[in-house]
Amino acid sequence: MALTAAAAPPMAVRELRGLLTNYRRTWRGSIISSVLGPLMSLVALGMSLGKIVDAGPGARSFGTVDGKPVSYLLFLAPALMANAAMQTAIGESTYPVLSSMKWQRTFHASIASPLGSFDVFLGRLLFIGLRILMNCAIFLGVMALFGAVRAAGPGGLGPVLALPAAVLTGLAFAAPVVAWAVTQDRDTGFSVVFRFVMIPLFLFSGTFFPVSQLPVEIRPLAYATPLWHGVDLCRGLALGTATAGSVLLHLAYLVGVVGAALWYGRRTFRRRLNF
Amino acid sequence: MTTAELSFWSNAPLTRALLGRRAFGPMGGGKAGVLVERNLMVYRRLWLTMVSGFFEPVFYLLSIGVGLGKLTGAIDGVPYAHYVAPGLLAVSAMNGAVFDATFNVFFKIKYGKIYDAMLATPLRVGDIALGDIMWAQLRGLMYSAAFLAVMLVMGLVHSWWALLALPVTVLIGFAFAAVGMACTSFMRSWQDFDLVTLALMPMFLFSGAFYPLSVYNRQVRILIEALPLYHGIDLLRALVLGRVHVGLLWDVLYLAVMGLVGAVVAARRLEGLLLT
Repeated sequence: MALTAAAAPPMAVRELRGLLTNYRRTWRGSIISSVLGPLMSLVALGMSLGKIVDAGPGARSFGTVDGKPVSYLLFLAPALMANAAMQTAIGESTYPVLSSMKWQRTFHASIASPLGSFDVFLGRLLFIGLRILMNCAIFLGVMALFGAVRAAGPGGLGPVLALPAAVLTGLAFAAPVVAWAVTQDRDTGFSVVFRFVMIPLFLFSGTFFPVSQLPVEIRPLAYATPLWHGVDLCRGLALGTATAGSVLLHLAYLVGVVGAALWYGRRTFRRRLNF
Repeated sequence: MTTAELSFWSNAPLTRALLGRRAFGPMGGGKAGVLVERNLMVYRRLWLTMVSGFFEPVFYLLSIGVGLGKLTGAIDGVPYAHYVAPGLLAVSAMNGAVFDATFNVFFKIKYGKIYDAMLATPLRVGDIALGDIMWAQLRGLMYSAAFLAVMLVMGLVHSWWALLALPVTVLIGFAFAAVGMACTSFMRSWQDFDLVTLALMPMFLFSGAFYPLSVYNRQVRILIEALPLYHGIDLLRALVLGRVHVGLLWDVLYLAVMGLVGAVVAARRLEGLLLT
C-alpha cells in the first residue's frame, strides 16, 4: 500500500507527462519563434546597435563592473533572457490553454481521470516552467558564444544564477495568464495581451535602456511591473552587481505574484472544469 | 457597370495576365467591392484587434527612438528618433501586409471555407483575389497614415516629400502581400508558417531600421541590400528626411517587380486551389 503510493507520481506530474509526450512530437515548430527570435535580437541589437550605443554619449550610463564600464551587449543580454522567459510564458499560456479548454478539450479528458482541476493547472505550469528553462538555457549558451557573459558574482557563477531567476520571471507571467486564459471563450483577448501588455513591457521595463531614461512620471509604473523586477534581477546576478537587499525584494515580488496567481487559478480552473 | 464595360475589363491584357483566364468570366474582378464591404462588417466586431495594430509601431518609436535615442546620439546627421521612425513605418507596412496575406488567407481557405462559400454566390475568383488585396491595402493605408500623423506631431518629418511616403507604404504593402499570398498557396499546415516568421524576423532586425548598414562588413551589406525590406526602408527614409535622389527609382522598381511577380503566382495558384 505504502509502496504503491510512493511509486505513483503526484497528480500534477501526470498532467505534465501528458504535455511532454505531446511536446516530443511537435517541438520543431516552437524552435524558430522561441529560440531564433531572442537570438537574432541579441545579434542585431546587442552587437550591431551596440556598436553605435557604445560609441554614443550614453555609453557610460550602464554602470561599471570592476571599475570598467559595462558594454551595451553585456547590459542587454541578461535582460533579453528575462524577456525570452516572459514571451515563452505568455505564448504557452494563451492559445495552447484555450485549445486544451475549448478546442481539443484535453482538460476534460484529464479531469475524467483521477486528476482534479488544480492538478491540471499545476501540471500545465510545470510544463511551461520546463519550456522556459529550456529556452533560457539555450539563450544563455548563445550569450556565452557571443561573449555576452562574464564571470561575476559568487564563484563567477552569476550568469548561471540568472537562469533560475529568468524561470521565476517567466512563471510570474505564466501563472496569472494561464489562470485567466482558462476563463476565455474566444482568442480575441490574447492579441490585446500581446500588444498592450507584452510589447509595452518588453519596450519600457528597462531592457533596452535604464528606466531612469524614462520621464519621471512614468518611472514608478515601470518599477511596478513584474518584468522590471525580472530584468533587474537577471541583470544584477549576471553582472555580479546585485545587492542582497535587491535580490530579496525582487524574489519576494515575483514569488508573491506566482502565489497570488495560484490562488486565483485554483478558483478559475475549478469554476470552469468542475460542474 | 454595363455588360460591355465588364467584358472590356475582363479582356484587358493586364487583368487577364494577373488573374488568369478561367477566373475571368463575364464578371470576374468587378465585384471586388463586395468583398471589401464584407470585411468591413466582419472587423466591426473585431475593432480592438484592428486598432491595437496601430499602437505597436508607436510603442517601438517611443521606446527605441526616444528612450534609447538619448544614449545613441545622432545617427546619419539626425537625432535617433528621426532616423528610426521611417524605418518603423516600413516595418509596419510590411508586417500588416504579410499577416493579412498569410495567416488570414490560410485560415479563410482551410478552416473558414469562406472563399468556397463566396464562390457559391455570383462572386468569382477574380473578385475574391482583388477584393482581399484591396482590403489589405486599405487597412495598411490606415495604419501608415496614422503613424505618419504621429511622426508629424512629434516633429520627425523633415520634408514635403513625405507626402509621397503614403503611396510608398501602399507599394511596400502590395509587394509583401502579393508574395505572402503566393507563399500561402503552397502551405500545408500551420507548421509551415514558422517559415514566415523565419523570413520576417531577420529582415525586421537586420535591414537597417534600427542602425545604418555601415556597421556591417561588405559581404553582409550586399546580402541585406538584396532583401526587399531594405528597399522599403531606404525609400521611406529618403522621403521623410528630404534626401531624394534618382537612385531611389531602383527601390521602387524592386518593390513593383516583386509585387507583380507575387500577384501573378498568387492568382494562378488560388485559381487552382479554389476551382478544382
